[in-house]
Amino acid sequence: MFSGGLAKKQRQTRIRWTIYATSIALIALLAFIADWPNLQKTLANPDVAASLFPDIILLAARNTLIFTAVGFTGGFVIAMTMALMRISKIRVFRIVSTVYIEVLRGLPLLLTIILIGLGLPIGIAGFRQMPIFWRGVIALALVTGAYMAETIRAGIESVPPGQNEAGRSLGLSKSQTMRWIVLPQALRTIIPPLTNEFVILIKDTSLISVLGVTASTKELTRFAREGVISNANATPLIVAGLVYLALTIPLTQVARRLETKTGRV
Amino acid sequence: MSSVPAIEIRNLFKSFGPLEVLKGIDFSVAQGEVVAVIGPSGSGKSTLLRCVNLLETPDSGEIKIEGFNILDPDCDVDKVRRKIGMVFQLFNLFPHLTVLENLTIAQRKVLKRSDEESEAVARKNLERVGLLNMIERYPGLLSGGQKQRVAIARALSMDPDMMLFDEVTSALDPELVGEVLDAMRVLADEGMTMMAVTHEMEFARQVADRIVFMDGGVIVEQGPPAQIIDNPQHERTRKFLRAVAQED
Repeated sequence: MFSGGLAKKQRQTRIRWTIYATSIALIALLAFIADWPNLQKTLANPDVAASLFPDIILLAARNTLIFTAVGFTGGFVIAMTMALMRISKIRVFRIVSTVYIEVLRGLPLLLTIILIGLGLPIGIAGFRQMPIFWRGVIALALVTGAYMAETIRAGIESVPPGQNEAGRSLGLSKSQTMRWIVLPQALRTIIPPLTNEFVILIKDTSLISVLGVTASTKELTRFAREGVISNANATPLIVAGLVYLALTIPLTQVARRLETKTGRV
Repeated sequence: MSSVPAIEIRNLFKSFGPLEVLKGIDFSVAQGEVVAVIGPSGSGKSTLLRCVNLLETPDSGEIKIEGFNILDPDCDVDKVRRKIGMVFQLFNLFPHLTVLENLTIAQRKVLKRSDEESEAVARKNLERVGLLNMIERYPGLLSGGQKQRVAIARALSMDPDMMLFDEVTSALDPELVGEVLDAMRVLADEGMTMMAVTHEMEFARQVADRIVFMDGGVIVEQGPPAQIIDNPQHERTRKFLRAVAQED
């Protein structure tokens, strides 16, 4: 009464081979109809690629990393403040941080960048003097701060309440217990998600290019776009993409390793 | 000074939402006295203990520590807690700090002791519980009994006037209970004021000066260990003692 297993396995094997065959046929077809020499010339042109160096690293990638680092640092300070306000006993603090987090996470990043980079200077005279670099960084910090605030809050709440009670029962004040007992444990558990947030930020710095360019704001994406226009060739986009991957993939691997490591403790 | 009770509680009430846990408790602990609080789970004994250092805030009533009303709005809770050592059922050691750092952090941050002084105090107290050799370890590498002895040493390092024990052997494997009770016995012999919520009847009988039996949020009866254990006056006490005896 349990027979029929063999027929089932044969059917599965047949389906698998059909999928393989179809895929190979499709790839072969694409390879056949593609204009390889032209593709190579426009997407992977070695001369164009070579002409991008060293500026793509020394200028563009450097600016990307500066944007990321400054934005992340500012965002972390904002996030810590917002996370502590979110778990505060004071209701006004909780409301302010909740509204902040929900609004900035709910808006498209591009809109926020345009609003802060171009919108606010229209309305507020003081902003007009501010360099594009800082307008962009502020927008990034505000948004990444909202995301990280939720991560930090979750990390704080993951520390068992007994830790807080033990700290308080030793006479440590509320803020001393937070500073010396709860936060060090919370930060340890949220290093992987914070690393992921950092990776997201590396990519999101590309959006700042909508604000226009000065020497200090020409990051990877902007640099590649200008390369496309001046060379009438798409190779710069491919090279910039590879540079992004060289930055992001190692970091995601680190985050993954940290995740399994903290899971062990 | 010694005539003032270490802990004096009057007409204490505490509810968690609709559940009334403490229903008018009158209770005191003299200085140097060792009191064991026993009773079935849900009797309110842990809540009573946690009210003493205000980990729980009572709804009404009076708590005096060494004569000072700690429910007074002017009372600085942190200063009260420095005087009261507490040991928890689940140890609550700080896992990101070494044993030494567990014992020194509050000394340095609260009592403003120097690194050298706080370490000396920590060593002295680790020696008292027989764990000086574990000083550089992280708590995760200790057995349950060792963790609890470190927790006792940590509380002692603040030079408290009294110690609270909240079912400190309940989470331990049976073979590790003895070493923790021994550490508590030594403390009691040294004259430490102690209030211990416990299920260890032998400990209560041998070490406590007085046993308090709680049930349903009230103190049913209290007295010297021999009287409570061997000659309980109330049916509820008898029933509880029979149940505990059967467990062993």
